[in-house]
Amino acid sequence: MSKNIVIKAENISKQYRLGQVGTGTLSHDLKRWWALARGKEDPYLKIGEENDRTKKAVGDYAWALKDINFEVAQGDTLGIIGKNGAGKSTLLKLLSRVTSPSTGTIKVKGRIASLLEVGTGFHPELTGRENIFLNGAILGMSKKEIASKFDEIVDFSGVEMYIDTPVKRYSSGMYVRLAFGVAAHLEPEILIVDEVLAVGDAEFQKKCLGKMGDVASDGRTIIFVSHNMQAVQSLCKSALYLKAGQVVDSGRTDKVINNYLSREVKNKMHSQWDNSEDAPGNEHIRLLGAEIISDLPNIIDPITVKTKLRMKFEFINFTDNTNINLSLSLYTVTGNCIFNVGTASKPLRKGEKYYGELEIPGNFLNDDIYTVQLLFVKDLSTVILNIEDIFVFEVFDEQRAGNWFGKWQGAVRPSFKFSLNNE
Amino acid sequence: MITDTASENIHWDTVIGPKKSNLSLNLKEIWRYRDLLMLFVKKDIITVYKQTILGPIWFLLQPIFTTLTYVIIFGRIGGMADNTVPSILFFMGSVTLWNYFSDTLNITSKTFSDNASVFGKVYFPRIILPLSKVISGLIKFLIQFILFFVIWLFFLIKKTPPHIHPNMYILIFPFLLIIMSALGLGLGLFITSMTTKYRDLTFLVSFGVQLMMFATPVIYPVNKHLQYKFWLFLNPLTSVFEAFKYSFLGSGILDFGWLLYSCIFTSVVLIFGIFVFNKVERRFIDTV
Repeated sequence: MSKNIVIKAENISKQYRLGQVGTGTLSHDLKRWWALARGKEDPYLKIGEENDRTKKAVGDYAWALKDINFEVAQGDTLGIIGKNGAGKSTLLKLLSRVTSPSTGTIKVKGRIASLLEVGTGFHPELTGRENIFLNGAILGMSKKEIASKFDEIVDFSGVEMYIDTPVKRYSSGMYVRLAFGVAAHLEPEILIVDEVLAVGDAEFQKKCLGKMGDVASDGRTIIFVSHNMQAVQSLCKSALYLKAGQVVDSGRTDKVINNYLSREVKNKMHSQWDNSEDAPGNEHIRLLGAEIISDLPNIIDPITVKTKLRMKFEFINFTDNTNINLSLSLYTVTGNCIFNVGTASKPLRKGEKYYGELEIPGNFLNDDIYTVQLLFVKDLSTVILNIEDIFVFEVFDEQRAGNWFGKWQGAVRPSFKFSLNNE
Repeated sequence: MITDTASENIHWDTVIGPKKSNLSLNLKEIWRYRDLLMLFVKKDIITVYKQTILGPIWFLLQPIFTTLTYVIIFGRIGGMADNTVPSILFFMGSVTLWNYFSDTLNITSKTFSDNASVFGKVYFPRIILPLSKVISGLIKFLIQFILFFVIWLFFLIKKTPPHIHPNMYILIFPFLLIIMSALGLGLGLFITSMTTKYRDLTFLVSFGVQLMMFATPVIYPVNKHLQYKFWLFLNPLTSVFEAFKYSFLGSGILDFGWLLYSCIFTSVVLIFGIFVFNKVERRFIDTV
């Protein structure tokens, strides 16, 4: 009984009504009211669909969260991960008491403050100084607390010069910094943070994460929601993986993150065509198989920026004595071409199998999702087969030293020799 | 592992669940957020005249112009004023009182829809916002009331008729203010709660408040229309306005029976308003 539980969620579910509010809602409300008045259960809590956004809903109700149970101990940092629509934001809304669950209870010990969105309640006409006080009070601080932290907040946000100017004249960066400054100086027992990393420049991100680290090391509890696995990995001791409103996995962060990555990232790295009808190709060339082989010890491990990759294509040639060469282009998911490489042209015999192989060294690709296009070129001039998206794969960032987790700049991330020396 | 029996003994500060008692106002929590209440009041007052040259003087110009318009339209042209008292005092008193009531009702009845963005992100006791509107309205009212008071003093000292006859019932004025505030707040809480899901009522409110002014002795005195006295006094504001005019000007109807009726009416509305507000506040963000 050494663990001091500060948040305990028991069977919480949240149901949302789909579609518009109209006369249909009124009749449902009346039926619900009638059921409750007779001491029966809410009839609409029994129905509802799983939250799958890809399908069109059939009924009128959907469960954003369904039977969630978890506990958070004091001083823990819990990361909540999951794809868009998994129910992360709904869970945070429940925790921050913005709305209440349809069933179940959450028990909380201590004051919760949330940074669901910084700058809540900022009034554009008020000056920076006035907004610090108003925003601080909205977030649950007393006037005295704010006054004692005032200088720190101004210092943190770096807007001292404009502190008596209405915030509507601020640049968006100044506005966000001031807003985050107030929120960062709250001293709640439990802090809820949602995607702060999306805001501000690298310098500011570093400040924010540093501040969160301070909060955590003070023995206070943090609940952190982010898409950035690196940030979750380094900040959180434990994690909760949500999918379609349900808990898929929880526990140690690295275990949960690995589970998440293996389930959610749909890579296309291995293709084998047994039936030549389905295989990409034409009367000249037909593919037999394509795969990416990594040097990772475990095949389910994610490819990182350090991983060495080998791409291998097997195909069969149908025309006699043609000079063929392969040309491969690597694109980022957004469509930028990173490189294009080609083999030498080679005369191929009819009906024989050949294979092409390309090696991409480690420490070359940046973290991104990549697609590969493969061309078969005849006589170094005519494209006889073009296969787009033969591979789709994601390269993950490495665990970095230091506090900055933003996107690493650049199309590639080579590790050239670059040193800092003493003369 | 914590056993169930052990966890039952832990003291929890907050329990977030689907149900909650609807009548508890949780005064302790409101007290904890008192600084927020005062900062909201301050915000309301100072943002009104930001970037204006005249600043807070606008609080005074508004009732002056309204009063002058009423004196000309309803007093001179319509002949509706009470002729035994100076018409400027008659109208200014009415306008000041009425503006306070209608502002309170209008603004509190939009609590949820106007503040959905803030309510959607952070928790604080929702009642803080309508309460702050009542208080900032009260401050605005008091500023305007000082103007009325100055003119009232002028007529009190002035030797020539028409004379005014204030009496010791002036002392019940704070009580009248409380009834008005509570009625405006109670109705506002009720309306804002009902309109989060079904917007129909909002249409009713905007012209309902205008119509209500004519059912309240704002531009006419009841003693000129005694045949409708019973029906007019069914409006809980009537006895308040009449008592105000009787005590300050000496012309009006002070009826403690009807004042008691207003009191009870207001209490019922306020309790019911708080009840539905508490019921709605926990989940309104899903339907607003």
